[in-house]
Amino acid sequence: MRRRILPGFGLSLGYALAYLGLIVLLPLAALAWKASGIGLHGLIRLLSSPRTFAALKLSFVGATFAAVVNAFVGLLVAWVLVRYRFPGRRLFDALVDLPFALPTAVAGIALTALYAPNGWLGQWLVPHGIQIAYAPPGVILAMVFVGFPFVVRTLQPVLESLDRDVEEAAESLGASHPQTFFRVILPMLFPTLLTGFALALARAVGEYGSVIFIAGNIPMRSEIAPLLIVEKLEEFDYAGAAALGMVMLIASFVLLIVISLLQRWSRRWAEHTR
Amino acid sequence: MRQVDTETTMTLELSHLSRRFTDFAALDDVSLSIAPGEFLALLGPSGSGKTTLLRILAGLDYPDSGSVDLDGQNFLAAPARERKIGLVFQHYALFRHLTVAENVAFGLRVRKRRLRPSKKAIAERVEQLLQRVQLDGFGHRYPTQLSGGQRQRVALARALAVEPSLLLLDEPFGALDAQVRLTLRRWLRELHEDLELTTIFVTHDQEEALELADRVAVMNRGRIEQVGTPEAIYQQPATPFVCEFIGKVNKLPLTLSGGRLGMGEWLLDGEPWNGEHAHAVAYVRPEHLALDVPETQPAWSARLRHVYLAGSVAHLELYVPSLDHTLEADIAGEDVAKLGLQPGAQLRVAPRSAVVFAMDKSGEDAAVQGRWVWQAKNAPHA
Repeated sequence: MRRRILPGFGLSLGYALAYLGLIVLLPLAALAWKASGIGLHGLIRLLSSPRTFAALKLSFVGATFAAVVNAFVGLLVAWVLVRYRFPGRRLFDALVDLPFALPTAVAGIALTALYAPNGWLGQWLVPHGIQIAYAPPGVILAMVFVGFPFVVRTLQPVLESLDRDVEEAAESLGASHPQTFFRVILPMLFPTLLTGFALALARAVGEYGSVIFIAGNIPMRSEIAPLLIVEKLEEFDYAGAAALGMVMLIASFVLLIVISLLQRWSRRWAEHTR
Repeated sequence: MRQVDTETTMTLELSHLSRRFTDFAALDDVSLSIAPGEFLALLGPSGSGKTTLLRILAGLDYPDSGSVDLDGQNFLAAPARERKIGLVFQHYALFRHLTVAENVAFGLRVRKRRLRPSKKAIAERVEQLLQRVQLDGFGHRYPTQLSGGQRQRVALARALAVEPSLLLLDEPFGALDAQVRLTLRRWLRELHEDLELTTIFVTHDQEEALELADRVAVMNRGRIEQVGTPEAIYQQPATPFVCEFIGKVNKLPLTLSGGRLGMGEWLLDGEPWNGEHAHAVAYVRPEHLALDVPETQPAWSARLRHVYLAGSVAHLELYVPSLDHTLEADIAGEDVAKLGLQPGAQLRVAPRSAVVFAMDKSGEDAAVQGRWVWQAKNAPHA
């Protein structure tokens, strides 16, 4: 066996596994156990309900859309923060973390105040037929807001460590700036971009606080799956709530596995070292 | 193997290049003419401006003033990607997400469609180049799977793929270990002889520069101190800096006494300044010290302090009590036994040749007033 620099592999692995079991797996097991109370029949009925289906669809499609937006904008913001020096850069940099720090309900209320039909922006947008608050765009907007820091913060250190001479090599080989970006820089950033995307996606799928204020929660239209779970809890339908939770969990898990496979493929060049 | 365009005779003419960074002058009025097919080394300590000069030629930096002409055409007007320059970096700068073959093909694939060779032609060219750099069969590997020397050869193949008119190498062996460095150095020299491609490489390693280059430009503080063949640089250094930077050297302060420049018992005949300069500095290479000067000739009596036998060469440390000065001498390793040299031995020591600079005063900040290459008249043997 290879000698390790720090001793205590057995102890630390045992501790890590026990901790993971206690904090993550135990509640999940409880959830699964609770959900099993609904029975197969109940599960089918739950999932075939159009309202449940619409809520799940909004949650996942909306979150994916929000994560895509965040991936693009996050890349741009990370690029600006790393590559350019301008007055107020540090302030700008600190602002990125704000969605992390703000209680999500506050963010939801602020967004609603902006985009409601009588809000600052809403009063101009709604007459033109652009409905954001109390509609799916509002849901996505809230999801973009809470997921934004993930992409920026995962990309920043990687962007900082990119060697400039690689770009210079590309340029001297005749590559135009777009070619240098798309053929050299982006492929090297892509695995990290996917990590940020996955984090933003997971956050958006599970987001509750900020979304429910701006969503308006109209069944079949702007109702997200987590809200449905809360509603079921309020109706004392614990098995139903747990089952819906389980469905979300499995779907999220599958999504994250797919992203992780994609990530492995995108960094195949780093997989095998000498 | 590679078709070289022999009809172009492209002389690269650098004139009065200056480049200032906020707190220092990286280049200070540098002029240099580079002949087609020449292998030129830019040699200097870090911060001497050699890399800045290379970057200006590559189009990655621009001078504040001065011009670069290639065959009478303004070379600086073209952006980096249109200059057809092969650039090789110290840390390889390979595209780590691309395979070796894709790396080499990069410069061809980014060409505009009408200039781009067919896929088949690109593949053939890549194959040729990989053979050229002795890496055939490595095309499908990623750079992380290669050793440093192999990576640098990939970088070279990648640079050659675009058929550059000028090859620029920035400390190409700097990140490699000694053994690989030596092999790659010889190999690069052979490659250059095959390709006859104008090549400029930057290094701070004098041995590398002297061994590889046709001509060496020694740089210091943004200026070129001397340009010449490796032999001229070594044997006839033009400035005190070149003396001290290239090879090992004994620095001897000379003073004027009785109309002759000298140091202690060693007095020089026929100095060309007629006693005009009271101060001078002589630089004597360790191998230019004679160790058994006959009684008839002026010499210092010195005590041998240490003998460091480094393979074929022996480094001797000599102490001259009358000067209170320590001298370094190099002789062939086998001569140590022949001359019966033991620490503590008394020797009569004098230089066989020296480069003498007349100075306006003594001390480090003195300005050079003249240069004189001195040879002992009937040079005694070691």
